[in-house]
Amino acid sequence: MIPLSHVLLLSGILFSLAVAGIFINRKNVLLLLMCIELMLLSVNFNFIAFSHHLGDLAGQVFVFFILTVAAAESAIGLAILVVLFRERRSINVEDLDSMRG
Amino acid sequence: MIVNVLFYVFGAILVLTALGVITARNPVHCALFLVAAFLNSAVIWLLLQAEFLALTLVVVYVGAVMVLWLFVVMMLDVDVEKLRQGFTRYAPLGALIALIVVAQIGLVVYVRKLGLDDTAATIVDRPAGGSNTLELGHLLYTQYLYPFEIAAVILLVAIVAAITLTMRDRPGQKVQDIGKQVAVRAKDRVRIVKMDAEAKQ
Repeated sequence: MIPLSHVLLLSGILFSLAVAGIFINRKNVLLLLMCIELMLLSVNFNFIAFSHHLGDLAGQVFVFFILTVAAAESAIGLAILVVLFRERRSINVEDLDSMRG
Repeated sequence: MIVNVLFYVFGAILVLTALGVITARNPVHCALFLVAAFLNSAVIWLLLQAEFLALTLVVVYVGAVMVLWLFVVMMLDVDVEKLRQGFTRYAPLGALIALIVVAQIGLVVYVRKLGLDDTAATIVDRPAGGSNTLELGHLLYTQYLYPFEIAAVILLVAIVAAITLTMRDRPGQKVQDIGKQVAVRAKDRVRIVKMDAEAKQ
């Protein structure tokens, strides 16, 4: 029997690594998207851990939907990235300042 | 007991691969580390008795989404060195943030306890022979039918969006103009010539 708190801690470590990745790779759009994938993975860990420990399958249904949305998100994100690279020849966040944000 | 050992082993590998994702120099290596992270998570999900989702993660995520990622990463000609400027400058800040987040989660999980491990003690493992896929299917096609169909629509929208975003017309490309095709009348194309019958030679 895996203790629930250990699974939660593992997912917390995974999430914080993804946050750190966003901080240290803040110029590379590709890596930012990868870090978001990692974050979604760690959230899924929480859902599955609670689903296992409460004996309720609703958590797994939620993970199913999160996986669906994450797949759609990465498909659209990568499409935007390809268009961006075609326009600017760069995926550096600092080059994306045409809207002066 | 063996389940616990496997959990710690694969959890440690998972953390190492996640570290690899955020620190690797080459984006292709990052994507491959991410694949390894997904595979390790699939093993842990198996240990947590979410068999269907573990297999879905391997088939859908590693098999389809990460291949898409690798395609894109290899297609883009990325100047890695320019993108990594400021890496060492922001590494301490990133590590600090990560430590703070871990400490907060650890405090919540351990100090406050939340009574989590007490509930865990009452849970019995699912009996052998029970099918996770069957139970999940029952739930998905009854109680969660509408969300399930909305998920299908979301995937369709994603397909349409990705295709329309990346489609472009190059000069010299041969494409159909549907409007012109529909507007064509028979008299523009076919000329009927009246002529006398000719005698057989």
